[in-house]
Amino acid sequence: MTKVTESVAIDHGLKKEEFSKICELLKRIPNITELAIFSAMWNEHCSYKSSRKHLKKLHTSGKQVIQGPGENAGIVDVGDNDAIVFKIESHNHPSFIEPYQGAATGVGGIMRDVFTMGARPIANLNSIHFGSTQHKKTKNLLRGVVKGIGGYGNCIGVPIIGGQTSFDDSYNGNILVNAMTLGLVNKNKIFYSKAAGLNKPVIYVGSKTGRDGIHGASMASATFDDKIEEKKPTVQVGDPFTEKLLLEACLELMSDNSIIAIQDMGAAGLTSSSVEMASKGNLGIELNLSKVPCRENKMSPYEIMLSESQERMLIILESGKEDHAKKIFDKWNLDFAVIGKTNNSNKIELIFDNSKVAEIPIDLLAEKAPVYDRKWKKTKLPQKLKFDKDNFKSLSVSNCLKKILSNPNISEKKWIWDQYDHTVMGDTIQKPGGDAGVVRIHGTKKAIAASIDSSASYCYSHPLTGGKQVVCESWRNLISVGAQPIAITNCLNFGNPEKEKNMGEFVECVEGIAEASKYLDFPVVSGNVSFYNETKDKGIKPTPAIGGVGLLKDYKNMLTMDFKKVGNIVFVIGKTEGHLDQSIFAKDILNEKKGPPPSINLFNEKNIGETLLKLIEKKLIHSCHDVSLGGILTAVSKMCIMGNKGLKINNFKELTNKYEYFFGEDQARYIVEISKDNIQKIVEILNNNSVHFDDLGVIQEKNLTFNGDINLPIEELSDTHKYWLKEYMNN
Amino acid sequence: MKSSVIIFPGSNCDRDMDVALKKFGFKNKMVWHNDQSIPKSDLIVLPGGFSYGDYLRCGSIASKSKIIKSVIDFANSGGLVLGICNGFQILTETGLLPGILQHNKYLNFICKNVFIKVKNKNNKYFKNIKKEILELHIAHNEGNFFCNEKELKILEDNNQIAVTYCDSDGLENDENNPNGTIKNIAGIFNKSKNVLGMMPHPERMIDKYLSGEDGSLFFENLLGNLK
Repeated sequence: MTKVTESVAIDHGLKKEEFSKICELLKRIPNITELAIFSAMWNEHCSYKSSRKHLKKLHTSGKQVIQGPGENAGIVDVGDNDAIVFKIESHNHPSFIEPYQGAATGVGGIMRDVFTMGARPIANLNSIHFGSTQHKKTKNLLRGVVKGIGGYGNCIGVPIIGGQTSFDDSYNGNILVNAMTLGLVNKNKIFYSKAAGLNKPVIYVGSKTGRDGIHGASMASATFDDKIEEKKPTVQVGDPFTEKLLLEACLELMSDNSIIAIQDMGAAGLTSSSVEMASKGNLGIELNLSKVPCRENKMSPYEIMLSESQERMLIILESGKEDHAKKIFDKWNLDFAVIGKTNNSNKIELIFDNSKVAEIPIDLLAEKAPVYDRKWKKTKLPQKLKFDKDNFKSLSVSNCLKKILSNPNISEKKWIWDQYDHTVMGDTIQKPGGDAGVVRIHGTKKAIAASIDSSASYCYSHPLTGGKQVVCESWRNLISVGAQPIAITNCLNFGNPEKEKNMGEFVECVEGIAEASKYLDFPVVSGNVSFYNETKDKGIKPTPAIGGVGLLKDYKNMLTMDFKKVGNIVFVIGKTEGHLDQSIFAKDILNEKKGPPPSINLFNEKNIGETLLKLIEKKLIHSCHDVSLGGILTAVSKMCIMGNKGLKINNFKELTNKYEYFFGEDQARYIVEISKDNIQKIVEILNNNSVHFDDLGVIQEKNLTFNGDINLPIEELSDTHKYWLKEYMNN
Repeated sequence: MKSSVIIFPGSNCDRDMDVALKKFGFKNKMVWHNDQSIPKSDLIVLPGGFSYGDYLRCGSIASKSKIIKSVIDFANSGGLVLGICNGFQILTETGLLPGILQHNKYLNFICKNVFIKVKNKNNKYFKNIKKEILELHIAHNEGNFFCNEKELKILEDNNQIAVTYCDSDGLENDENNPNGTIKNIAGIFNKSKNVLGMMPHPERMIDKYLSGEDGSLFFENLLGNLK
């Protein structure tokens, strides 16, 4: 057996001081298996040691919240005993090393988090970010990630209803793959991971344990260097077929009262699942590792405890239910083994070949794990840029629009979602490509909307504003499909927390998220932190991804963004100041990357959103789309393209600088289609609520027109918008 | 009318099919792959999904499952057997239908709406159907039908080609062929037209809030023909 020394500990990703602390707490030097357990539980990924202090600032409660952060996933009440279980999780590091398996197992992992709680997954989403489109790895990484997400999700038979894809240099060495799952559960039949009761059998179910994914969680808690290819064996290998069986078997067993607690084996596998269950239940746990079903010969306790083989669950059963449970898992051809029991020792004790191979008090792995108050630096709000008329002289609005519509971050992503099964389960009523994906709650009038958003440029420029902005964007996307926003899950992707700048970005983004979610009563119920997205000293832009969930009480009231009827009127709801700094227009057309992001006014955001929901409820809105990247003209172009209709834009007084008006990225704005007959009613409601609006124009056949400046056939805009990604991937 | 949907481990359109059949008036039962026999049925459906993980080859393990002998016997005695997507793949593996389903031409999974043209109405599935061209949904990785020339000639001579991919006007060409399938074939019959395998999913198009409603036409018509 390897002798444990400080250098062995450092090789396991522990710091020198952390190793001393372990020896001090344990009052001895740990053996190699124990060291492995400490390294797995004390790494950033599992312990949240850098983030914990700041995550406490998040707003996590609300009248619909059944379960906030700290469990496998968050849960919200959507009425009639229905509850939605949801969470987002990152699989960034593995996906860069091995895109297919990395992305696939990311999807598998997040689905397990959801069905562990007794919920049947009903929708998946993802947020994926790649390096520059010119970077040599980007195309293969994109292809691999999309295939991995599809390969896993399609096989399980859960629709992928939405997502987000972006390209930016800062992801050249660290791509981001965040996966989100929503599940449906009866609120009286939720399962938790808290162990309870003494001498209860601890059951291992699912796939056999292999040597894949060993040190996965530690790998995800470190930065990358030139030798990342050597880390391939730390990437887990997924088997969606087994996951499908595990899903069905677990839900079958959950239909009665056999299960006391259940936890999936995700990051740090058997180690973290057993420790977390015991820790939450304030109990001890004894595991006989010789009984763990293994896929390979002669696996050591060290390997068994660190393996991140997929599709495995740990269950604490009611005594006497073993045979009943085994029958179900036999039916689904899955491994089932009683591998231990709960006790009152408050320790984790491991037996292998009839001798004790590890014994650690649980609290040393949980509460006593290190928590750091890392130094961080505030980001000053950049000076606002001054664009003068000369900047715009040589431009044409039409050409700018076409360039923006074909920008990699704006262009249509059909090439991606065509590879995802988005209609299985027969309840997808809004497919990818809209503001939010929508699935009906099967057999009811209700539907759930979900959206996933991030704005790395805004967050990089000013993290506090960026953090607020992402929450608002999510809120807007849900409202745009007619849903009442309920709650969010966040995936916090950042660079190296040991650097003051990166840590500062994290702290201020979190504070921004907290402030906006509190103001909008849009609580954070689950999430995940991914630090160390850094390669050779170059970190990613701060990229908190927000997964928002909303409810439509009657799915027949759902809105889509496509323009519906020639002759209908189009309003811009919310005020346009013409903020160009950090906009796609500034970056792509003026080549200007400085300046602050658009400011966030939470009062307006809330007031405008709620007023719009009133209009939607009264069925006065026929189509709706929020204004985001690319501004008003980009937003209306998408509505024209999707509805295959044109728009005649009025020449009105707000239009002092058409570039600022058309491409500015001011927040809290929506484009809505209304019928002429309702104008008076709508204007009255908007005025009564002090909501600013512009009468933008009228829907017409075929062309987008404005004065003599724009006259573009929709077909041309559509081709421009749809062309880029397909062309890029096929070349 | 009574129907049975077979559930294999890895099937994932079984529930959707159950919902659709019941919606249009079938009394449907779900049958587990390890069962010995199938309840008395007017229609047996092999649903979509990834039976046995699609390992070895799509549909091949399912074609050796315990229940499949009853399915084959039922088909050989003239009973209606409908295989959708993975069900179609299973039917070719059992030999009830000729040919095979290869990887899609561009090796990508495809999920989208397509138009299909009904090529033969002289059977229980499509007799009296109100539209010649249906808009249905496909979602598959291996839907590229292939058979040798001799088999193709037999298919054509016996009017066994059930549905083909086309555009909204019924034009069948390469542009409207989503996966590289031979002769734009989206679905075929056996010789006596009681067994139908097709890649498109009618069960995903059964109300106007979904991708479309032409699936409803298919099921309503089928039920009407069985009465």
